[in-house]
Amino acid sequence: MDPKDLRYAPTHEWAVQKKDLVIVGITRFAVDQLTDIVYVDLPDVGDHTFAGDSFGEIESVKAVSDLYAPVNGEIVEINKKLLDNPKLLSEDPYGAGWLVKIRPEPGQTLDHLMTLEQYEKQIAEGH
Amino acid sequence: MRQRTALYDWHVSHGARMVDFAGWDMPVIYTGIVEEHQAVRTGCGIFDIGHMGRLEITGPEALDLVQYLCTNNAATMKEGQVRYSLICNESGGVQDDVLIYRWPDRFWLVVNAANRQKILDSIARIRGSRRATVTDLTLNTGMVAVQGPKALELCRGLVPVDLEAIPYYFAVRTTFQGEECKVSRTGYTGEDGVEFVVPSEKIAELWSTLAERGCRPCGLGARDTLRLEAAMPLYGHELTEEIDPFQAGLGWAVKFDKGDFLGRDSLKMRQQDATLPRRVGLELPGKRIAREGYPVLALDGRPIGHVTSGTLAPTLQKSIAMAYVQPEFTTPGTPVQVDIRGKPEPAGVVKLPFYSRKK
Repeated sequence: MDPKDLRYAPTHEWAVQKKDLVIVGITRFAVDQLTDIVYVDLPDVGDHTFAGDSFGEIESVKAVSDLYAPVNGEIVEINKKLLDNPKLLSEDPYGAGWLVKIRPEPGQTLDHLMTLEQYEKQIAEGH
Repeated sequence: MRQRTALYDWHVSHGARMVDFAGWDMPVIYTGIVEEHQAVRTGCGIFDIGHMGRLEITGPEALDLVQYLCTNNAATMKEGQVRYSLICNESGGVQDDVLIYRWPDRFWLVVNAANRQKILDSIARIRGSRRATVTDLTLNTGMVAVQGPKALELCRGLVPVDLEAIPYYFAVRTTFQGEECKVSRTGYTGEDGVEFVVPSEKIAELWSTLAERGCRPCGLGARDTLRLEAAMPLYGHELTEEIDPFQAGLGWAVKFDKGDFLGRDSLKMRQQDATLPRRVGLELPGKRIAREGYPVLALDGRPIGHVTSGTLAPTLQKSIAMAYVQPEFTTPGTPVQVDIRGKPEPAGVVKLPFYSRKK
């Protein structure tokens, strides 16, 4: 996926609407900051997500970070390949390293998230 | 402002991620913890350890002062020998873990960065009328650790002594480019290697030469995973003012037969106390990391201790941790659980160290 087509949360998740689903991942910046990812904990299919709440965890050698959902909705698919091979995340965070697909509740949009330009500005300011 | 070692500019210009460590601005990662870790296990890594405190003790009663300060016996050390010791408080808790260097006419103590001032204060308090002088060499010198199976080979010719001839835990005085240089066969990674101390002005040259020869710069992140695999305690984690050496499994570094020393009476009592928690190794079959502070539980869910350090061991590819647990849970093979953010995960007590190199 082209980073220009994605929307971004301040907590370094990206999201994109594909038909009636929202695909969620984490950014290259987040992956580089984490380094040495060892474990990804994802929710179960059918779990509910709430915008701004944690839906999983990423563990690196140094630290554990929560993953935050961009929208209210229901998990319809998780990237099972990540469970055995978390390296996919560092290799291809905008492609093979996607995390989950969410069916958003009616009325949920990605409008509250940042554009690439806004997100890059946030990073440049050092967050 | 945070303190900087003489290698600060090198680290920053080579893309290191810098963090605050005990008031020092230190590199934590250059390219990746796992890559740096593996370089030390299979080749050679270099570490800036200039932040470690280097204290020199001179004078006719230097030995007497060291003996009163430290739990281990400095009187039986040969010239050039290096020995691990603890410095305890009056209650028998650990103030610091240190290396004692015995030179022909003086002693050195290499202490943890976070404890340098505390140890200087302790020395001032206990010195009494002893004719001994303490000089803090930390800011005028630099220190670099070269570690790994190829360390000695890659250091060859740097100093005019045969490093292979230095026995393990011994040190020599030599020169590096005409300047005073001390080299010891010591380290904190579980691998063979040496540590250099040279004047601050010379450390960048020593470091760059080693890097050009193929030694991989390693940050504090890899230093932590390496020492954890080798089950070496880290002050502030496995060792604190509340924990005594016997609980930590370091009773071998307490020598009651050497005369009086700081904390001796309390240590005698604590040595007999079978109720205190003990340091153990844990292995978890899962990939999740048991991190510092996580509760250790018995199989029935009752809390029996807590984790002090944990990681996914890069060499062993296992989730490992050190923890303090109640004494009845210390036998290797004992099944326990670790509460990982609310979820109990199975774990087993294992013998330490997790990793030891093939000799």
